[in-house]
Amino acid sequence: MGMTMSEKILAAHAGRDFVEPGEIIDVNVDFCLGNDVTAPISIQNIRKLGAKKVWDVERIALIPDHFTPNKDIKSAEQVKILRDFAKEYGIKYFFEMGRVGVEHVLLPEEGLTLPGDIIIGADSHTCTYGAFGAFSTGVGSTDLAFTMLTGKTWFKVPEQMKFIYKGKLNKWVSSKDLILYTIGQIGVDGALYRSMEFTGDTLKSLTIDSRATMANMAIEAGAKNGIFAVDDVTLDYVKPRAKRAFKAYDSDPDAKYVEVHEYDVSKLEPQVSFPHLPENTKNVSDAANVKIDQVFVGACTNGKYEDIEITANLIKGKKVHPDVRLIVIPATQSIWLKAMKNGLAEIIVNAGGVFSTPTCGPCLGGHMGILAKGERAVATSNRNFVGRMGDPGSEVYLASPAVATASAVLGRIAHPDEIK
Amino acid sequence: MNYRGKSWKYGDNIDTDKIIPARYLNTSDPAELAKHCLEDEDVTFAGKVGKGDILIAGENFGSGSSREHAPIAIKECGVSVVIAKSFARIFFRNAINIALPVIEDETIVNDAETGDVIEIDFDRGFAKNITKNKEYKIHPLPDMMKKIMEMGGLMEYAKEFINL
Repeated sequence: MGMTMSEKILAAHAGRDFVEPGEIIDVNVDFCLGNDVTAPISIQNIRKLGAKKVWDVERIALIPDHFTPNKDIKSAEQVKILRDFAKEYGIKYFFEMGRVGVEHVLLPEEGLTLPGDIIIGADSHTCTYGAFGAFSTGVGSTDLAFTMLTGKTWFKVPEQMKFIYKGKLNKWVSSKDLILYTIGQIGVDGALYRSMEFTGDTLKSLTIDSRATMANMAIEAGAKNGIFAVDDVTLDYVKPRAKRAFKAYDSDPDAKYVEVHEYDVSKLEPQVSFPHLPENTKNVSDAANVKIDQVFVGACTNGKYEDIEITANLIKGKKVHPDVRLIVIPATQSIWLKAMKNGLAEIIVNAGGVFSTPTCGPCLGGHMGILAKGERAVATSNRNFVGRMGDPGSEVYLASPAVATASAVLGRIAHPDEIK
Repeated sequence: MNYRGKSWKYGDNIDTDKIIPARYLNTSDPAELAKHCLEDEDVTFAGKVGKGDILIAGENFGSGSSREHAPIAIKECGVSVVIAKSFARIFFRNAINIALPVIEDETIVNDAETGDVIEIDFDRGFAKNITKNKEYKIHPLPDMMKKIMEMGGLMEYAKEFINL
C-alpha cells in the first residue's frame, strides 16, 4: 500500500519501511527550535536534570523573537536565559538582536529547514516548514528539552487529509485567502491530530513564501502538520541556502487519505476571519461597515517581502485613514533591508504608517501595538482569539495584506478594488 | 492514582490565550502564571479554584499556542485533572509531559455541571460523578504516555535515556 509524503518522512526517520496512522513511533529529529517564551522552560528542565551537553549544537536554534527588542525587564531576563545557555552549551544558532527575525521566516531564509526533515519547535506555528516539504510540528517546552538532549521524539502517526485546489485565482486573492477559506470550511478542529497535504494546480504557481503562509495556519485547523510537495519552486529557494544535505519525498498515487477536499477557487473572493476564531470566515463583500482602529501587516504568516510589497503598492500616494494606526513589521532583517532599499518603507511612512524592526510583537499582544478595550484590528497574522492582541474586549479580524491595506485606507474592512 | 474534587465547567475551544494570555508570558514562574489561569475566559477562576478541583471543558480544549505555560498554570493553581470532550494535540502532549492528568470523554462532560463532585480512579479506569450518582469507564492512555505520567513527567522519564 502506498504512503503519503508525511508518512514516508516519518517512516524514514523511524528506521522503518512503512508506517500507518495510529502507530506510536520513535523518530530521529533533524532540527529543533525554541523562542524567548518557550525555550526558558526547556533550558530550566535541562539544567535541573544536570545535563552538561546537548545532542547537537548545530541542530538547535534559539530565537528570541516574541518580546524583542526586549519590552521590559522580565522579557530581558527570558532572553538572557537563552543567551547564557547558548554560550555555555555552544549552541550555534542563537540569533542575537540585529540578526534575529520572526522564527518561521528566519529559519528557512537561513537554509536550516529543509525538504524531508523532521523538525519540531516549541512554537505552534512550526508547521510552517511543511511548505518546504518537511514534516514539521509544534510541541511544548518539555518535548523540546527532550529533543535538545537526545535528538529524538515520539509521534503518533497522524491520519492523512488531502486538499486539492483548482482554478486560477482572482486578482487580490492570495494564499492567505485559500487557507482562511479552508479553515472556514473544515473548522478549527477540522484537522485535529491530522496531516493536511496541500495540492492542486492552483498551488503550483504560488511562491514559496505564499505556500508558507498556508502551511503556517495548518495548526489553526488543529492539524499536526501541513505539507506541500517539493517542486522547482521549492528547490530554487532551498538549494542555494541549504546548510545540510536533504532528501525530498513525494506521496504515492495510492496513498490513503481519511478525507479529500477539493475546492474550485476560481471564483473565490478575499476572505476575512471574524472574531474570535479563525473558522469564522466570510467573503470580504459580506464584511461591510466594520469600522477599525488598527491594521497590522506582519507576523510569521504575512511578514514576508511580497506582503510588504503588496501593502506599499496599494497604499502608494494614499493616506492611512485618520482614525486608523497602520503597523507594518517585516519578519526578518533581510526583508526589512530590501523593503528599505526598494523604497517600500518610505511609501508606508509617507502614507502615515509605521515601519518597524522585526518582532512577533503585536500578533500575540506582546508589544508594538496593543489594543484597548473595544478596539478593532485587521491583522495579517494567524489568530483572532479573545484578547489575542490586547484587552479581552478588543477584536481581531484576520485577512491578507491586500485587504488589510485597503482597510487601513478606508477605516473599515474593505476590498482592495475599492482603493484601486 | 485517585482524585476527588469539585468541578468547574467551561465551553468549547478554550484556547491557550484564554488559559494564559500572552501578556503574562514574560515569565515562566508557575506561581505567577497560576494567578492568571483562565483569566480571559473567567477572570474569577484563579481566585475561586481550590486544591484538587477538576476542570471540565468541551471540544478542542487548549487549542492555539504551544505554550506549556497553559498546563503549568492549570496544574499550579490547584487543578488535579482536566476532563474535556476533546483536546488540541499540543496541549494534550504538554499535559502528559508535566504529569497533569487529562481525560477525553464526552459523556462525563455532558453530564457534569459546575459544582459537581467528581471522583476518578485511574488504576481501575473509573470516574464517578458523586453529585449526579453516575459512573463512567475511562479509556486508559497508551502505554508510553501512561509511563510518562506515572514517572512524574517527560523529564523524569528522560533520565533513563540520557547520559548525564
